[in-house]
Amino acid sequence: MLTLEHLWIIPLLPLLGAAANGIFGARWPRRAINAVALGSTGLSFLATLELVREFAKLGPAQIPWVKSYFAWIEAGRLRADFSLQVDQLTLIMLLVVTGVGWLIHLYSTGYMADDPGYRRFFSYLNLFMFFMLTLVLAANYVLLFVGWEGVGLCSYLLIGFWFLKKTATDAGNKAFWVNRIGDFGFLLGLFLLFRQFGTLDFGSIFHDAAALPVETSGHGVLTAISLLLLAGATGKSAQLPLYVWLPDAMEGPTPVSALIHAATMVAAGVYMVARSHALFIHAPAAMFAVAVVGCATALFAATIALVQTDIKRTLAYSTISQLGYMFLACGVGAFGAGMFHLMTHAFFKALLFLGAGSVMHAMSGEQDMRRMGGLRRFIPWTYGTMFVATLAISGTPGFSGFFSKEEILLAARTGPYANPVIYVLGVLTTGLTSLYMFRLLFMTFHGAPRFDPKKTHVHESPRVMIAPLAVLALLSLAGGWWAAPHLVGGLNYFDTFVKPVFAAGETSSSTEPYTGSGQLIATVFGPPVLAAFAGFLLAWWLYIRRPETPQRLAERLHALYWLVAGKYFVDELYSFLIVRPLLWVSTNFLWRTVDEETIDGLVNGVAHEAVEVGDRLRHLNSGNTRTYAAWVILGAVVLTTVLAWMVR
Amino acid sequence: MPISYYLALSATLFGLGVIGFIFKRNIITIFMSIELMLNAVNLAFIAFARALGQLQGQVFVFFVIVVAAAEAAVGLAIVIVIARNRQSLNVERINLLKL
Repeated sequence: MLTLEHLWIIPLLPLLGAAANGIFGARWPRRAINAVALGSTGLSFLATLELVREFAKLGPAQIPWVKSYFAWIEAGRLRADFSLQVDQLTLIMLLVVTGVGWLIHLYSTGYMADDPGYRRFFSYLNLFMFFMLTLVLAANYVLLFVGWEGVGLCSYLLIGFWFLKKTATDAGNKAFWVNRIGDFGFLLGLFLLFRQFGTLDFGSIFHDAAALPVETSGHGVLTAISLLLLAGATGKSAQLPLYVWLPDAMEGPTPVSALIHAATMVAAGVYMVARSHALFIHAPAAMFAVAVVGCATALFAATIALVQTDIKRTLAYSTISQLGYMFLACGVGAFGAGMFHLMTHAFFKALLFLGAGSVMHAMSGEQDMRRMGGLRRFIPWTYGTMFVATLAISGTPGFSGFFSKEEILLAARTGPYANPVIYVLGVLTTGLTSLYMFRLLFMTFHGAPRFDPKKTHVHESPRVMIAPLAVLALLSLAGGWWAAPHLVGGLNYFDTFVKPVFAAGETSSSTEPYTGSGQLIATVFGPPVLAAFAGFLLAWWLYIRRPETPQRLAERLHALYWLVAGKYFVDELYSFLIVRPLLWVSTNFLWRTVDEETIDGLVNGVAHEAVEVGDRLRHLNSGNTRTYAAWVILGAVVLTTVLAWMVR
Repeated sequence: MPISYYLALSATLFGLGVIGFIFKRNIITIFMSIELMLNAVNLAFIAFARALGQLQGQVFVFFVIVVAAAEAAVGLAIVIVIARNRQSLNVERINLLKL
């Protein structure tokens, strides 16, 4: 019962690593920095494994396992402890964060090898791990919020890691500000929660919420809370309308994109919604909002991904789209399926990003897919692993993405919150996903090289970068097999595992086993798989068979192409509606009038007056001794007079 | 003789000292004005000591005389140095502290 008693050790290890590298690392050799960074996260991963072993021995009554270490905030009725909790949901997140996190740390030692900011990078990365683990282990909303803000901070620091590049710092600022908007909603949701329940502990809130009636009319305090929490989640998880920061976040180093902006941090919103499922299921209107936001984002981002030419940006829009899937899952009541997709997505998207990093490494930093092509002969390992990831994300039967997407779409079709429109759009997105992913693969690795192989020395990445790719490829392949028995009439082990967490709410039919193996055929040749196959065929036709077609299509559908390639001009719209008015007011009113004229005016005015008065008074200091004597005598006379008057 | 006579004389002498101190320009004269003020005060001390039948006033006077002697010694030394350096005893020209 070691780690169960001392849960704090899991987040603390990376924090110590961050502190050690951040404070003392300047004089350490690379090897020592590696040892600290990899060691702390590796130990954290081992502690999580031990936690899994101990957790398995707990009885159902002991779950969720909550440990309160000390009272952290006590003010009036508000009491927030530093308390951590473990249940099935937490365990999955812990395994993903520490496991994938460690692999990406390992990869980074190769990818960042020549960077002068090596120590800073690993310090930030470890700090991120600390905050992310705090977020998933927190047993109340206050502590969750600390982790929530902390990962946002690390995201900002790492996006702007190359801070001499203006675009990178701008992207960091953008991420931070857009997240602030979401966090504002999240905070309001927390205030409302506290007002309603008088506490912010998960246990008591969910217990009390379960007793409240379901707000079918579409308004009520739970609906308000859920919608505000959703606002926070859309910021962190890059959903409509706050997704704009994620594509820009690709300015950061590629391992950061893999860890923070694909596998873990951006999934925090999904985790939070799943964690708060007890509130959401009592607010059908909020559930519908979650499903609509998720579905719209999934489709919207997938269409943009179709025409991106930057390899990392394509993956960024793909991430937004896949996160949309997870929200869609939560919105149709399949929280377990959402978490399942979160996990499989962490595997294959981390792999895709690391693969993209490996491609960039091979191409000396080139990110534009129009200047790649034919790379599969040069970097076979990267090609092989990315091929597996592409199959997984497209939902090829047998790969991890297939199982999780099936679960989600099944719930959208037959679950308690089923909605045919959402289901159809979900299937359509599957096709688009397959299309843009194979487009990426074909443009990068197939066809004739569109660069000069003599000038660009293409080389396979070092072994420390290939090894994580291989492990993640295995996970992308096999990570979904928990659900495999489901297809042939058995249990979905993942759903069975997380079911206790959602037992209060989920009555989704997705947990009911299929009957008979006829379902196997129906699923493997179901609409999502057919859509994905159609996407693959289209990609093959457009980018291998007839590589000149996309150009002609773009010219034929000029207006549409212009709209999509311009990313629907959402950034421009925000800039016009929000950013520029805000800048104008800040510059002309807050800066020029309030700051310069009023505040600076007051301070400078006081100083100026002091100078003026002093300038006049200095003439009293004549340097003439007898004048001073006259003043002394005058003073004596005045004093004597006053004294005489007082004595009388 | 009533004490007021002595006090009036003392005040008169002190006032003359003040006037001399402020209006005279020769540093020696100013110096003498200071001595005059000191002795005016001495006279007041003595008058009070006599009227009240106590010795403290007389003791003060001895102290004042001793301090005045020391002050005269130091002060005259300063005057001599100034006179040597500036060939002048006009106090209005000694104004280096002026802004």
